[in-house]
Amino acid sequence: MMRAAQQEKIPTSTREADTLSAGQAWRHKHVLDLDDFAPQEIELVLETTDAMKEILSRPIKKVPTLRGKTVVTLFYEPSTRTRSSFELAAKNLSADVVNLSAPVSSVTKGECLVDTLSTLEALGAEIVVMRHPHSGAPYIAARNTRASIINGGDGWHAHPTQALLDLYTIREHKGDFKGLKVVIIGDIKHSRVARSNIWGLTKMGATVTLCAPFTLLPAGLDEPQGQFPGVTFKPDLETALEGADVVMALRLQMERQQSGLLPSIREYTRLYQLNESRLALAKPDAIVLHPGPVNEDIEISSAVAHGPKSVINEQVTNGVAVRMALLYLLAGGGQR
Amino acid sequence: MTGTLLISGGRIIDPGQKLDKTGSLLIAEGKISWLGDDTPPPADCDVLDARGLVVCPGFIDLHCHLRQPGFEEKETIASGSLAAARGGFTTICCMPNTRPPLDGQAGIDYVKSTAASEAVVRVLPIGCISKGRQGEGLAEMAEMAEAGAVAFSDDGSPVISSRLMLQTMEYSLAFGRPIIDHCEDTELAGGGQMNEGIIATRLGLAGVPAAAEENIVARDIGLAEFTGARLHIAHVSTRGSVEIIRRAREKGVRVTAEVTPHHLTLTEEEVIGYNTNAKVNPPLRTEKDIEALISGLREGVIDAIATDHAPHTENDKLCEFALAPFGISGFETALGSLMSLVHSGKLELNLLIARLTGGPAGVIGSKLGTLAIGAPADITILDPNREWVVDTAEFASKGRNTPLDGRELTGRVMATISGGRLVHQGKEMKVTAR
Repeated sequence: MMRAAQQEKIPTSTREADTLSAGQAWRHKHVLDLDDFAPQEIELVLETTDAMKEILSRPIKKVPTLRGKTVVTLFYEPSTRTRSSFELAAKNLSADVVNLSAPVSSVTKGECLVDTLSTLEALGAEIVVMRHPHSGAPYIAARNTRASIINGGDGWHAHPTQALLDLYTIREHKGDFKGLKVVIIGDIKHSRVARSNIWGLTKMGATVTLCAPFTLLPAGLDEPQGQFPGVTFKPDLETALEGADVVMALRLQMERQQSGLLPSIREYTRLYQLNESRLALAKPDAIVLHPGPVNEDIEISSAVAHGPKSVINEQVTNGVAVRMALLYLLAGGGQR
Repeated sequence: MTGTLLISGGRIIDPGQKLDKTGSLLIAEGKISWLGDDTPPPADCDVLDARGLVVCPGFIDLHCHLRQPGFEEKETIASGSLAAARGGFTTICCMPNTRPPLDGQAGIDYVKSTAASEAVVRVLPIGCISKGRQGEGLAEMAEMAEAGAVAFSDDGSPVISSRLMLQTMEYSLAFGRPIIDHCEDTELAGGGQMNEGIIATRLGLAGVPAAAEENIVARDIGLAEFTGARLHIAHVSTRGSVEIIRRAREKGVRVTAEVTPHHLTLTEEEVIGYNTNAKVNPPLRTEKDIEALISGLREGVIDAIATDHAPHTENDKLCEFALAPFGISGFETALGSLMSLVHSGKLELNLLIARLTGGPAGVIGSKLGTLAIGAPADITILDPNREWVVDTAEFASKGRNTPLDGRELTGRVMATISGGRLVHQGKEMKVTAR
């Protein structure tokens, strides 16, 4: 029975993935997070993205690779950016795209995710891009469908395609990840972008420094490691930024103030905003990323967001290429 | 059956009588009538061969959810009692968070009469502390106590209001039954889904800090000390709680405590992969907590092991982690899990049996849990070394929600006798006429 498969554990050990030899073909049925990606597999995605970016530079940005394949975007959370990025990516590869939105209010008991998935499967969906407010929802989906699942963001847990597009953007500017100091600033606790980037960056050899008020820092980072990559934590932004190669500011959700995690946006801005004088403490050739949408002059000053070090718009363009690469690889393009 | 049964040649362990010897035990008219190593007096009886097995008092579970009335798709008094028998439990105390909740004499009577006709083991109901389990006004506890409620609890929920807990304790002095609290500061727990720590961080799940439990444990102990009432702490799960209870016991506060098999044997790592069958409240914690819980059990700071058997349907658990209900179906794996502590040398078998028999009996002031001559013949026969694989498809419980499905355990209940009746008999157990 399909349902009986629900509680099979997804392999979570990173060791197996890390020891794959270079050149080994793509072996992922789903893209749920980067914790089970080997560095070589991340490299394969980035190389494939190069090819997709070349397609995007053509006057006619369309290839027939996924003709006759059905890609469904299933979004339980409002999103315009990620969803249109996936939709464009699938259409550039000539896939048929169906967009399904489930209102957030229907994410309650009784509206069964597993039933929705089996309906989509019966309709012929081969790849389902899923965004969901609850961490782990794509894992439940993956265990209960024959379709490939791409995690388009689940709760606080993971946003692997965002991390891959960040990695791709960093690689375009820095060439290599080894020894890079990446600083992530802001609401780490509730950030799926931060978590996936921590996995991806550390696997590729970069070091990650987190900077946040203690109330926006997740628990257990000082516990003996093994279940999560080692990171450095610096509560003081100036100290954190010293010698940084890459600086990533996270979007601050305004409800963090209402729930008492911050006294005021004003104080957050005063202590944690990435502005020009602070950015000057990073390396001269540092680049600035932001997963968007930006709250200008809150987590990042307008001057920095639109300044010479900002690569925020490149991230958006690269997002389409990275998602094309993943769709291509999942549809069988990785079998060499 | 003749009504007379000889259990022959087993290792008889009754910690209450400091008994641990090989011998035989005779049951007549539902009571233990003889125990010794010679040939027993009567000639005409059935014989259960217990050579190589352990014979001990039937287990007593202070904490289970039988779901009836109201949630019969999850469990019934009949199915739950069968599952209990499979797990070696001959007395089970059921929590009142049913629909409607057991908050008055009618509810207690309903459970007792249903159990009398449908249950294969003794079912002792626990009544609500508050009317409708709403955490506001007191339920009619004195009348429920008269009707047979052995303790009171709003389990499933804590008693949030300190004022209500104080009044509950004061009111309980008249009838002396223990007040059981599910200790959880819900404001601190804040919608948490699992233990707070690096695994929750990795999985992006909201964490429940240890302080959410410890705050209420400390508050309740303070109120118990102030009122002199009998307090029992349900499902202790953190190192800090053990420490707080230890200090209270040293001061002479009338507080007892229980711990579940899953909190003694499983850690938060079970949740990895978003396994909703490992979602339980309080959440599975860490190795350090397990160490402290075992110490507490050894020292007697924790009196009893209680299953918190909480059955749910497969569909209840087949959903996003945050939407799944809390709970593990625990009767049928309890002994097998706990025996891992014996096999690894962390707990002696006799002590384990004590915490499953005399320990819980003491909490509710019961005389059960002994193999004394004349006591009800509630007996569990177990094979400490039998290896088996958990297969939830074979459960008697309707709840197959356990992270242990497919896991190999060593130690199994081979037969259970409740009031002289053989209510569970493993395939390998043969009854022969003498």
